[in-house]
Amino acid sequence: MSIEHRDDTGDRFGMWLFLYTEVILFSGLFILYAVSLANYPEQFSQASHKLNIYFGTVNTLVLLTSSLTIALAVSAIQMGRIKQTLILCWITVGLAIVFLINKYFEWSAEIGHGIYPGSEQLAEMGAGITVFFNLYYFTAGLHGLHVLIGATLIGVVAVMTAKGKVTSDRYVLLENSALYWHLVDLVWIFLFPLYYLIL
Amino acid sequence: MNETTTYTGFWQESPRPGILGWLLTTDHKRIGIMYLGCIISMFIIGAVLGLALRLELIAPGPTIMGPQTYNATFTVHGIIMIFMFLIPSIPAAFGNLLLPLHIGARDVSFPKLNLLSWYCYMAGLVLVIFAMFGGGGVPDTGWTFYVPFSTQTTTNVNLAAFAAFMLGFSSILTGINFVTTVHRLRCEGMKWGRLPLFVWTLYATAWIQVLATPMIGITLVLVILERTFGAGLFDAARGGDPILFQHLFWIYSHPAVYIMILPGMGVVSEMIPTFARKPLFGYWAMALSSLAIAFAGSLVWAHHMYASGMSDLAVLVFSFLTFIVAIPSAIKVFNWISTLHKGSIELAPPMLFALAFIFNFAIGGLGGLALGAAASDIHLHDTTFVVGHFHYVMFGGGGFALFGAMHYWLPKFTGRMYNHKVAAIGWALLFVGFNITYMAMQAVGIMGMPRRYYDYLPEFHTLNLVATIGSWMLAAGLIVMFVNLWQGLRKGAPIGKNPWGGATLEWAIPSPPPLDNFGPEDPVVTKGPYEFKGVVADEY
Repeated sequence: MSIEHRDDTGDRFGMWLFLYTEVILFSGLFILYAVSLANYPEQFSQASHKLNIYFGTVNTLVLLTSSLTIALAVSAIQMGRIKQTLILCWITVGLAIVFLINKYFEWSAEIGHGIYPGSEQLAEMGAGITVFFNLYYFTAGLHGLHVLIGATLIGVVAVMTAKGKVTSDRYVLLENSALYWHLVDLVWIFLFPLYYLIL
Repeated sequence: MNETTTYTGFWQESPRPGILGWLLTTDHKRIGIMYLGCIISMFIIGAVLGLALRLELIAPGPTIMGPQTYNATFTVHGIIMIFMFLIPSIPAAFGNLLLPLHIGARDVSFPKLNLLSWYCYMAGLVLVIFAMFGGGGVPDTGWTFYVPFSTQTTTNVNLAAFAAFMLGFSSILTGINFVTTVHRLRCEGMKWGRLPLFVWTLYATAWIQVLATPMIGITLVLVILERTFGAGLFDAARGGDPILFQHLFWIYSHPAVYIMILPGMGVVSEMIPTFARKPLFGYWAMALSSLAIAFAGSLVWAHHMYASGMSDLAVLVFSFLTFIVAIPSAIKVFNWISTLHKGSIELAPPMLFALAFIFNFAIGGLGGLALGAAASDIHLHDTTFVVGHFHYVMFGGGGFALFGAMHYWLPKFTGRMYNHKVAAIGWALLFVGFNITYMAMQAVGIMGMPRRYYDYLPEFHTLNLVATIGSWMLAAGLIVMFVNLWQGLRKGAPIGKNPWGGATLEWAIPSPPPLDNFGPEDPVVTKGPYEFKGVVADEY
């Protein structure tokens, strides 16, 4: 064995470990959510109804679709269909951008109503509502950052695929990026009901 | 022996020449050496700050600094010693140097990621320097960044917190790398039951690094967001909860003390069999107790918060769980002592540090039980007893283990030996000075002296004076040790492959090791790590 060696299983293993760390990163915010919900159940419910469920629903559909396209991209590269892989990757990146634009409009509307961390209008609405929106902005913000990172990653891998560095027998990079993208999706799958639906 | 005098191994073999050969290297040995250099530099800065703190406490009233300077000094001392010295010390420096050698691999699983983790460490280091000399003033929150003070003080807390975040990221990358390496790159014949104990402890540590560190990441990010937006998540007046910060903080920071001590235990478990010429007593008990410490240690965080406000039931549960951690820790201590029993003990310098580790760790561990029991903790909480206890386990344990590792393994990596007599003198100064300093600190804590004050009541004077004098002895010991190591490792007598007679894989290859570690043939392991039959120490 030389110093430089190839170990796809090891690469996937490492990626899964990294995904654990991401789950725990978000879990801190979910713990805060759980404790705050127990403290202010009614105010959380009121605050939740202030959110626009249409924005959330559309974004859920967008992210789920993007997870499908990136999963298909992995299947495509396994079969050696480079062109299809590229199309699917860029659709995923496009959907990520749609998600972020949607998020931008949603947040602009809310900030326009004086709802943002540290605003005085928000403070007047009561402690529970303040906590809800603080957590909403921080969690969704951190998630949005992950969308940005994930989309960049997929874009880079798409370029590498076009250059022939990612191929049908060397595709662990695309696979790992897809895993990361599924994590972004997964976090949203928990985030969406907690903030928009169940209260 | 002529061969070893001219042979320079990985120090010369490099795909790139000069300084770039270091800054862009992916060789685990070079990265380990770079980590070690940074870590020792940070330790020296932290130690000077610690000496300044002790000097301030030599007499009641302000002596060399006022309250604000004192607060800033202990904060920076803590941040440097915890995040930049103890957490990366043995795992990042000696873990990188030795993990691949111990399991018969040519490098870690992700060599580039390994280099990236070093750059994350350097980024954290630069940020801490900015935090110290930047405009807002030196952070004064203590290394724990407790809210509400940390969200209100005008000092450079954002920079310091972000530095700790970057250092945490570096630690996570190292952890991911090590877990994957242990799973994937063990050489032929290196079964789990043949792993050296150092690898087992690194493995357990790496899991803590992976699973616990993100929690401090998100917590510190929240502190920064609080300071930037004034959101109030940890502010009781605005619906937040400061106690929640403490929970999130300790969910990482308690397991983090096991990141600091577990690899030290691994180092000691390597040295004791070698210098007792006996297989380690209870191999599997030692291996599994490392995992047990990592696991149980993740469930005890709230014992830092008995005085913060928790239900009696929670106090009881966390107190009970804390006592559970004592079991695997005690298994280790008893097994080391059983290994020594009827052994052919050689008191070489690394062995002295290993024995000092056991002594200091036993005292620190027993003090930990006094703090883990709720009744005595309420009395001891926030006294210098806590500080003394922490230094007993972290410095007397983790620090001494690092010094032991330096005496044990650095000759392997430089190919030269230091002076043993001077090393023993340095050790004696360190050991005696250490115990004087921190035993006095524990005693004055039991009398009721609170920690983190630059001033104290007259009745605490004698013991504080004793502790300060002890700290000078400690400093003298450090100087003797570092000078001796530096001179010996550069100009000392050349050594062969195996100066101590160790049976693990690194002793079968040249000193210093070549770039590809094992030469053209991959190693094949046929026996356990502590089977000394037929292993003979080289003369030097």
